[in-house]
Amino acid sequence: MSEIWSALGKAMVLIADFDPDLVEIIGLSLRVSLTAVLIAAVIGLPVGAAVALFRFPGRPVLVVLINALMGLPPVVVGLIVYLLLSRAGPFGVFNLLYSPTAMIIAQAILIGPIVAALTRQTVEDLWQEYGEQLTSFGVGPGRAVWTLLWDGRFSLLTGVLAGFGRASAEVGAVMIVGGNIDHLTRVMTTSIALETSKGNLEIALALGIILLIIALGINASAYAIRDVAYRTES
Amino acid sequence: MPTHAQILPLVFDKVSYVAKGARLVDEFSVTLDPGTRTIILGPNGAGKSLVLRLSHGLLQPTSGAIRWEGPGGGNKASLHQAMVFQRPMTLRRSVGANLDYVLSLRKVPRELRRAKTAEALKRAGLFAMRSRPARVLSAGEQQKLALGRAWVMEPEVLFLDEPTASLDPAATREVENMINAIHQAGTKIIMTTHDLGQARRLADDIIFMHQGRLIERAGAEEFFEHPRTPHAEAFLNGELLP
Repeated sequence: MSEIWSALGKAMVLIADFDPDLVEIIGLSLRVSLTAVLIAAVIGLPVGAAVALFRFPGRPVLVVLINALMGLPPVVVGLIVYLLLSRAGPFGVFNLLYSPTAMIIAQAILIGPIVAALTRQTVEDLWQEYGEQLTSFGVGPGRAVWTLLWDGRFSLLTGVLAGFGRASAEVGAVMIVGGNIDHLTRVMTTSIALETSKGNLEIALALGIILLIIALGINASAYAIRDVAYRTES
Repeated sequence: MPTHAQILPLVFDKVSYVAKGARLVDEFSVTLDPGTRTIILGPNGAGKSLVLRLSHGLLQPTSGAIRWEGPGGGNKASLHQAMVFQRPMTLRRSVGANLDYVLSLRKVPRELRRAKTAEALKRAGLFAMRSRPARVLSAGEQQKLALGRAWVMEPEVLFLDEPTASLDPAATREVENMINAIHQAGTKIIMTTHDLGQARRLADDIIFMHQGRLIERAGAEEFFEHPRTPHAEAFLNGELLP
């Protein structure tokens, strides 16, 4: 037990000292996950809104696909991206495997469906309420999508935050496509896995604490957003 | 008032609307001229709201034709109409932004939008609330906002679907006053209600409907004093129609 307490103490020292290795790992983690969330939002928001508002051939298939992909295990996403990016794969020529870019791609695939599915639900509910009046205004399809995304901004932001939470916490996908290479593709979750197996509990614990703080921050933000939404929209 | 292209009169030519095998509007023919406040009156389920939605183009008739026969009544006719619903739809934005939204849809330049919004909010008695989120207003205030938002578009025709059905008497009076003000500014009013008192207060002419059919069309005074059909007489006497 005392060993754990001492590791915890050393972890606190690492955090307080802004240990350069620690800062590098945290920085890469945030860069990868935030970029992935940005890409997932840029694609997922309009796709979700389009699926909610428009009827087109293949729409039911797309709905099922998005919902199914929401629960995809990260290791499977990692495996698929690995196969696509590996030398023998269709995108092998870009030489992206074991790079931060590969990790961003994997995480964007992982959370894009979450953003799209939540957007579809939010926009569909809003359309129930807004549809007739917007049609009466003479709003065209493009403007309608933009209007509904804006008016659903609080719910959608919560969805995007959930996506960021999943991306920053997953280990399977980034491990497979990133390879956990020191100073190159080592992020918080993969470091925790590695350092724990090596017995370096202080680094693992320090990173675990940071991850916990990030999770708390995400949930506090989501709570604050819901609170603002309640006070301005009820 | 802006010069309208004049889309009225609105002509219904044997219009029927069928949904799931039920004939909800049945061979409905009528001509609506500019100027008056036309009230579509009838019990619940008479097809009043459907006629309003068909007029405004939110629904397409199963058979028959609906035409705007004025010189401006081409495919741009919808730009000169506005509609207010029973349950007001307010955007999840500030009161002022709700008006700004429709003005931007009508391509009103930004500098002009601010002045028009302020003026419309003053007319609606909502100017002091212009920065508040629209969704926190009371039901009556939200309906006045919806009316102000319709008014700022300066429509030639304003459709109102039971606009006071879920409001208390004080809010109802304010909404009715606003409807009259919009009418006096030159807009044709076409409104549904099942409330006889409201019809007496507002109507210039009455379209009385029952079971999807036009039963009686008359000037308001004539309709209320001398109804020509037994159905209308029974409705005016507060009886339940078969």
